[in-house]
Amino acid sequence: MISVALKMLLRDKGKYFGIVMGVTLASMVITQQGSIFVGIMTRTFALISDMGDTDIWVMEPKVQFIDDTKPLQDTALNRVRGVPGVAHAAPLYKGILRVRLESGEFQNCNIIGIDDATLTGGPPEMIEGRIEDLRRADAVIVDIIGATTRLARRGPDGAPVPLAVGDTMELNDRRGVVVGISRNTRPFQSQPMIYTTFSRATQYAPRERKQLTFILVKADAGQNVQDVCDRIARETGLAAYTRDQFKSMTVSYFINNTGIPINFGIAVSLGFIIGSVITGFMFYSFTADNLRYFGTLKAMGTSDGTLLRMIMTQAMVVGVVGFGLGTGAASWFGASMSGTPLAFRLTWELLFVAGTAVVVICLISAMLSMRRVITLEPAVVFKG
Amino acid sequence: MTASARRAVQGLSVAVRCRQVVKTYGSGQSAVRALRGVDLDVHTGELLMLVGPSGCGKTTLISVIAGVLDRDGGECSVLGQDYAAMRPDQKTAFRARHVGFVFQAFNLIPTLTIAENVSVPLLINGVPRKQAVEQAREMLSQVGIGDRWRDVPARLSGGQQQRVAIARALIHKPKLLVCDEPTSALDHVTGQRVMELLRGVASRHDLSLVVVTHDQRIFEFADRVAEMDDGHIERISAGKGHTHAESPHRGFDAPPKNEHPLNPHAPQGSNEPNPEHRS
Repeated sequence: MISVALKMLLRDKGKYFGIVMGVTLASMVITQQGSIFVGIMTRTFALISDMGDTDIWVMEPKVQFIDDTKPLQDTALNRVRGVPGVAHAAPLYKGILRVRLESGEFQNCNIIGIDDATLTGGPPEMIEGRIEDLRRADAVIVDIIGATTRLARRGPDGAPVPLAVGDTMELNDRRGVVVGISRNTRPFQSQPMIYTTFSRATQYAPRERKQLTFILVKADAGQNVQDVCDRIARETGLAAYTRDQFKSMTVSYFINNTGIPINFGIAVSLGFIIGSVITGFMFYSFTADNLRYFGTLKAMGTSDGTLLRMIMTQAMVVGVVGFGLGTGAASWFGASMSGTPLAFRLTWELLFVAGTAVVVICLISAMLSMRRVITLEPAVVFKG
Repeated sequence: MTASARRAVQGLSVAVRCRQVVKTYGSGQSAVRALRGVDLDVHTGELLMLVGPSGCGKTTLISVIAGVLDRDGGECSVLGQDYAAMRPDQKTAFRARHVGFVFQAFNLIPTLTIAENVSVPLLINGVPRKQAVEQAREMLSQVGIGDRWRDVPARLSGGQQQRVAIARALIHKPKLLVCDEPTSALDHVTGQRVMELLRGVASRHDLSLVVVTHDQRIFEFADRVAEMDDGHIERISAGKGHTHAESPHRGFDAPPKNEHPLNPHAPQGSNEPNPEHRS
């Protein structure tokens, strides 16, 4: 009888298309909007991701997320280095400075000052030049997105000319020379990323009593990273988090303190609701149109259990097809937007959520229809 | 009446036995008593037509006989089984195995081919799909439309669709066939052919047929005609398919002419049913 159910569904092309479109719409909106949300949230901890060698981030205890800079005393670095289990600790400066370009235009940029000696915390990938070039006088490394967009100058024909190795800029009245172009994870903030050494960054930055933003720690081999975090916190009074903990903190901050999740939540909810309504209505309408035939099958001796399995099979088929089309469309959208500023990250967790939503939509639709069929008196077939 | 039907009646083989069957729809002041104590026997191999004005209870009665509607009172056994003693799943299984249905509007599933439609009762009874479709094609050949097995119902004429419905009703070899206005959607000639088909099938398979109809032109195919009015059987008379009057209580061979089939004690020429069997 399952084959009968499938033929009833698949050969009623208009209804089948309508039901599948409902599920497709729901799964596409949920997946696409969810992927953009996850993409944006991923960008909030882009700098943490790019510093993959760092086991532990040490910071002032009041810091809530990566862009919440509350500087430490310089002495904190040595105190952390003295904690057992710490193999290596490097200073990191993070701040925003106004950069004056050769054209005379100004642009706010993220300045990352990395350890002068070890260059720990540098960009994850160099497109041009080497990280070691930072040891040259006034050297800075600029990320490719910044170099080709906000830091690009206008050519004679008005077209943007990307910032290149050898170009210069002014950072707080001090000279900077581009020695390399890096490729970074695109950050949540859209300002260009400029890497330089810690000491040079603190010279660029307006003078403050405290200028150490974070301390990047590598734990000794074999050490439990969480134990080392606890030890640093206990012995220095500073906050110390593993890389994943700091990412979670950052994401939590944005979720709890910005309207981003609400906006995307509304979009996802609308996708779910609209998809449910369309699917539910179409599926119910499909069942209602076939009620005479379900009644006939019932009169001819089809059990309620078999009828339920038939309806569930129909719901599952539209669910699977709609989910495939919806997530496929969302994936295609994401792939087609690759390389653009659009944040898009499709994870298996998101697919699971979309799949669960589709299951719920199909179950609701099937339940409405099942109720109608189960309560149907088989004698109705004689009523014309 | 066919030879098999005659033999069955001679042996007092009763396929359906209803006594004082009562069915009421609704309750209180809005209650409608659709059946007010119906007495009726349908013999094995017999084609019985149930006639009467609209609202007289014909559809309710065949619904009760077919096991798709529960009665409120009285007794009704079909093929020796009482639906009231069955669980719902047993009743469903009984219908699947022993009862065939022919509907006024054919009720063929429009998205299935006619072979697939005809195979449905076999699928319900657990026959593998391929085998079921093969048997359906054979059955379609028997009803004269074997070459159309790939078509969907919409491409067939009304008469052809009713032939498909009959093939579907017969494919699982039921013992009882319940037909609701099988010719009302057909023209006269087609209706006659459909009834000839049903008549022939009944004679070949010892099948008991209960046919609800308003179409007097097909009365000639009936072994007996039961006239209903106001929820009970008013009269049962021999149809033209019947060469003799009959009495289920006395056998079939030599009933007096004009004797009421259900009331051998009624005076000759009387059309009154047995008072014991009236509500």
